[in-house]
Amino acid sequence: MFYLSDIGRYFIMIKMSFFKPSKWKIQRKLIFKEINDLIIESIPIVAILSFFIGGVVAIQTALNLSSPFLSKSLIGFATRQSVILEFAPTFMSIIMAGKVGSYITSSIGTMRVTEQIDALEVMGINPLNYLVFPKIIALLFYPFVITVAMFIAIFGGFVAMSFAGVPSEAFISGIQMDFDPYHVSYAYIKTVLFAFILATVPSYHGYYMKGGALEVGKASTLSFVWTSIIIIIVNFVITQLLLS
Amino acid sequence: MIEIKNIEKSFDGISIIKDISTSFEKGKTNLIIGQSGSGKTVLLKCLLGLHEPDSGQIIYDGVSNQNMNESERTLLRRQMGMVFQGSALFDSMSVIENVMFPLDMLSELNEDEIREKAIKAIDRVELTKAIDKLPSEISGGMQKRVAIARAIVMNPKYLFCDEPNSGLDPKTAIVIDKLIQEITKEFNITTIINSHDMNSVIEIGEKIVFLVSGEKNWEGTNKEILKTNNQSVTDFVYSSELLKKVKKHI
Repeated sequence: MFYLSDIGRYFIMIKMSFFKPSKWKIQRKLIFKEINDLIIESIPIVAILSFFIGGVVAIQTALNLSSPFLSKSLIGFATRQSVILEFAPTFMSIIMAGKVGSYITSSIGTMRVTEQIDALEVMGINPLNYLVFPKIIALLFYPFVITVAMFIAIFGGFVAMSFAGVPSEAFISGIQMDFDPYHVSYAYIKTVLFAFILATVPSYHGYYMKGGALEVGKASTLSFVWTSIIIIIVNFVITQLLLS
Repeated sequence: MIEIKNIEKSFDGISIIKDISTSFEKGKTNLIIGQSGSGKTVLLKCLLGLHEPDSGQIIYDGVSNQNMNESERTLLRRQMGMVFQGSALFDSMSVIENVMFPLDMLSELNEDEIREKAIKAIDRVELTKAIDKLPSEISGGMQKRVAIARAIVMNPKYLFCDEPNSGLDPKTAIVIDKLIQEITKEFNITTIINSHDMNSVIEIGEKIVFLVSGEKNWEGTNKEILKTNNQSVTDFVYSSELLKKVKKHI
């Protein structure tokens, strides 16, 4: 029953965040601020992680392709497939649940604790539209982050293989081998759904939290756990629907 | 003027506000006092419309809350100003941005008119020098003044203050109390203040409602409260040793 009421409240929150919109002038300012905080400021960490994880994926693939009968181009192929299908959209989204999710929960939670949300309500402003809606819109740009992750991870694999002595022509031909554009579409469909989860689940945990400063920390942790779980479950469902 | 009639409110089956009826007059500083947990904040939140009473009605200048639809409630809220216990200023905005915020969000004025009105409100609370500072860069007393400026910038008909001088030194607390009283007279608004500070009660309590365990136990003025024989009130008013000594001289 407890989870059912939470699920109901979550969907009501989403509905309410589209009601009683603030003036476009204000909304635009908020959306740009959220794009900066949630998207632009995430690029450096995404780039660093993607580069090294792409390298590790390539090294581990190479380790498992020790047979001289197997073409070295398979390393590039396997790296591309791992990165596009799973690493960039799913793994990065779980990392972003830690970075962006915690930020959203703690910032909204702090506003709850310090009565700033009550202040908005008293002024006759819809706090959900003011706080949650710009985050949903800003995270529509999340596929851009995932695109950066895809390119940098494959580049990381390329650099790792260059150091390992794998001919760059072989790696590049592997990247181009049997390319199916549908796999990219699948990755972006997942990404858009994960973006919505990343914007709304942490907002829910921040908005409805109760207590003081200690509870803000607890809500951030809980938000990370639930965002990750929901991303993994949605990933499974979407993969079943689109790839099986 | 705000009248409340037989208001009741409970949470999870526990009754917090029990059948309270009273009225708060325009142009006067009305105080709701009582010990912590007596239901002051819940009553204030009912008046603000943040909590819906289980029964009873609240009448704002002749208009009952029971007959209001959602858009009328929103309009009513826009006639209310609120000073929160912790000021509730927006951390990322400067003093002037905080004061401009309600006008930015809700009025049809242009940027220059909004700025002019905000500066006027800031001048009124004597904070002109701190106009571009962030809330974290100013003292608690100054934050309260910004909260008052933000509350009055929309020319509200009703001003609510939840323990406006909590956490302030006695001198600053009196300055804030006096400022609220002056603004109440100047703008002829209905002001309701939640407090358990006896200095406020004596200084500005033109109408006082005393709550005990969610019930109205006593009401009167700051002159009457010092002379009443109501045991609960005298226990509350003269709880400190200093006031006990003062009582002997009254």
